[in-house]
Amino acid sequence: MIYEVSIFAIIIFLIFVALVLGLSFYFARKTKSAANYYAAGGNIHWGINGIAFAGDYLSAASFLGICGMIAFSGYDGFLYSIGYLAGWVVALFIVAEPLKRLGKYTFTDALDAKFNSKAIKLAASVSTLIVSIFYLIPQMVGAGDLVVPLLGLPHWLGVVIVGSIVITIVATAGMTSTTYVQFIKGGLLVVFSAILTLFILKNGFNLKPHENYHSFLTLTGSFDKDSNLIVSDNSYTYRVMRKADNMTFVKMEHKGIAQWFKLNAADSVLVLEEVLFTTDQKDGVKLYNGEPKSAGRFFQVGHLSKIIVDGKEVEKTGPVGPFKFLKTMGSSQVIRFTKKAFADGDEKITVWFQKKTEGEDIMKPGLLYKLSKKSGATQWNKLNFLSLMLALFFGTSALPHILIRYYTVPSQRAARKSTIVAIAAIGFFYILTLYMGLGAMINGVLDMESSNMSGPLLAKYFGIGIFSIISAIAFATVLGTVSGLIVASSGAIAHDFIDKYLKVEMTEKGKVAAGKYAALGVGLFAIILGILFKGMNVSFLVGLAFAVAASANLPAILFLLFWKKTTAKGIAWSIVVGIVSSIGIILFSPTMYEKYGLLPASAPIPLDNPGIISIPLSVITLIIVSLLTQPKQQTNQAI
Amino acid sequence: MLHEPAANLGADHASEKKSRLGIVLFIFYFVIYGGFVAIGLTNPDLMGVKLIGGQNLAIIYGFGLILLAIVMGFIYNLICTRMEDKMNN
Repeated sequence: MIYEVSIFAIIIFLIFVALVLGLSFYFARKTKSAANYYAAGGNIHWGINGIAFAGDYLSAASFLGICGMIAFSGYDGFLYSIGYLAGWVVALFIVAEPLKRLGKYTFTDALDAKFNSKAIKLAASVSTLIVSIFYLIPQMVGAGDLVVPLLGLPHWLGVVIVGSIVITIVATAGMTSTTYVQFIKGGLLVVFSAILTLFILKNGFNLKPHENYHSFLTLTGSFDKDSNLIVSDNSYTYRVMRKADNMTFVKMEHKGIAQWFKLNAADSVLVLEEVLFTTDQKDGVKLYNGEPKSAGRFFQVGHLSKIIVDGKEVEKTGPVGPFKFLKTMGSSQVIRFTKKAFADGDEKITVWFQKKTEGEDIMKPGLLYKLSKKSGATQWNKLNFLSLMLALFFGTSALPHILIRYYTVPSQRAARKSTIVAIAAIGFFYILTLYMGLGAMINGVLDMESSNMSGPLLAKYFGIGIFSIISAIAFATVLGTVSGLIVASSGAIAHDFIDKYLKVEMTEKGKVAAGKYAALGVGLFAIILGILFKGMNVSFLVGLAFAVAASANLPAILFLLFWKKTTAKGIAWSIVVGIVSSIGIILFSPTMYEKYGLLPASAPIPLDNPGIISIPLSVITLIIVSLLTQPKQQTNQAI
Repeated sequence: MLHEPAANLGADHASEKKSRLGIVLFIFYFVIYGGFVAIGLTNPDLMGVKLIGGQNLAIIYGFGLILLAIVMGFIYNLICTRMEDKMNN
């Protein structure tokens, strides 16, 4: 994909970054104590904290990842929206207030409030660190994806820029500036997503998304007696034929440039449909549709092939209302592009071929998570779906950067109210994700190489102004979320591990300094991971972070709050088992096998989402170890 | 100072009642969320059935889950605030 750099976009972006950094330095002067650094002095207003919650939560995964997933796979992406929001119900009804009562600065403090156990301190701080890092990876990947079109920089440089800015923010000011950054960004993200949705509705449906939309060629042909393919248009010369699974792709040459087609046999006639493709050559050069990237031949795609309004087929609709939009989408037909990779001699060819998809299939689960027998769903597919929904539901209230936000408000009542503000803002935003994702699907804006860019590219379709603002907000989104995560991680290292576990004697100033050094270390690590995981959908990656959080942290929190027989060892072991089992399953999953360059089908565990196994394992461990380590005199009380 | 809470909280006599209410509301939502997942697992085609105004079950249930969370949040806050005002003064 070739992106043009816009000066206006760069200016808006720089203003945003300057604003964020300015805010950080302003609050930095006020951060003198550890309470200020980790918990903003416990003095943030609930309304601000609520929107900041939304800012924390609506990370790159929500805006970039979910929109991208909906744009590529329809309703299945929206499952993430539903699950992410439902998770807040657990946070509000079960976790928010009791945790606020128990806690001081970190999740570890809260867990350990009852026991003062070294094992809990160690296990909880390690778990906070691991979950934060898992959550950091997608943010960094998203950041890299964003700067490519915005500033015309390579992916890795984007990751480095975000990393450096965030380390500066966190190392200077801690939680207060992070909170205000999140507040501004969370508010702007919701408002501008609403504006973008209005644009989508006003635009309506159109068979030809825009004037420059590439119309894909369809050729007909037949085999001659030597089995050579002869096509109707004789400016195309047949070169080679390759099979991938049960599909056939044909390479033709046109004006000296290679082009790939998908071969379909319809009755006795052969039909060749043009595909989008990339060629990884042996010398490391990558071609886009047979030409260098700069030729701009890797088209943005995604369009409607049939629009049906109230039973009648039309070419375009004009503005539609929000309900009419969904209804029309459900009765129309969309051309999606499906990826397939195969080898052609020394070259690796990746094609994206056209796939007609009925609107009614887009508007229900099943395109990504195979569920029905018709689509060939196996028990593992179903388990994967269940596992994802479970992890999303139970993961939210166990995320360290969300948990620490409960300590920034002055009272339980404020903790509760800010959670409700968050739910309302986040819920509204998640409804918008469906419109933004579907809008991107049908308006010819998708970059097949990066599902994460669907939202911002849709904005670009409506004008460079809204694109610049949305991209800058998305970038600030990454900045804010990463800051929150780094505060949480530095708390785990400096406060939980060095101060509480190792009991290193430190002055108040020393503690803040330790936190800042820890932030620097985690930040650098996150930069490296962000570069390594390039190209993966950020929402999928966040799903994994949720699974680790739900497995490692949530059983510990829930049992501590609601089961009198919970012991320190039970908590510590359940955290360890939760981390090890969830990460173990992820490392041996099909998606990771693909990342290692192995065949996904050869992965020993055919599950991509570990929750269904790791959450129960962690719970069982907690119960068994607690029962085995009961104190002689029952002194534990429920809280 | 690190051994003190980030903010000092007064005694809260309503906490037990609030926590019980929280669990009840949580279970209620969990059942409805579970229903959504169960339909997806056992009868995914049902998700495509058109219900009201041309919208299918997947859209109505999905939007419903999001809106229900918001509405239940407001109700919970209203009841909790009343309990706190009554029991802590």
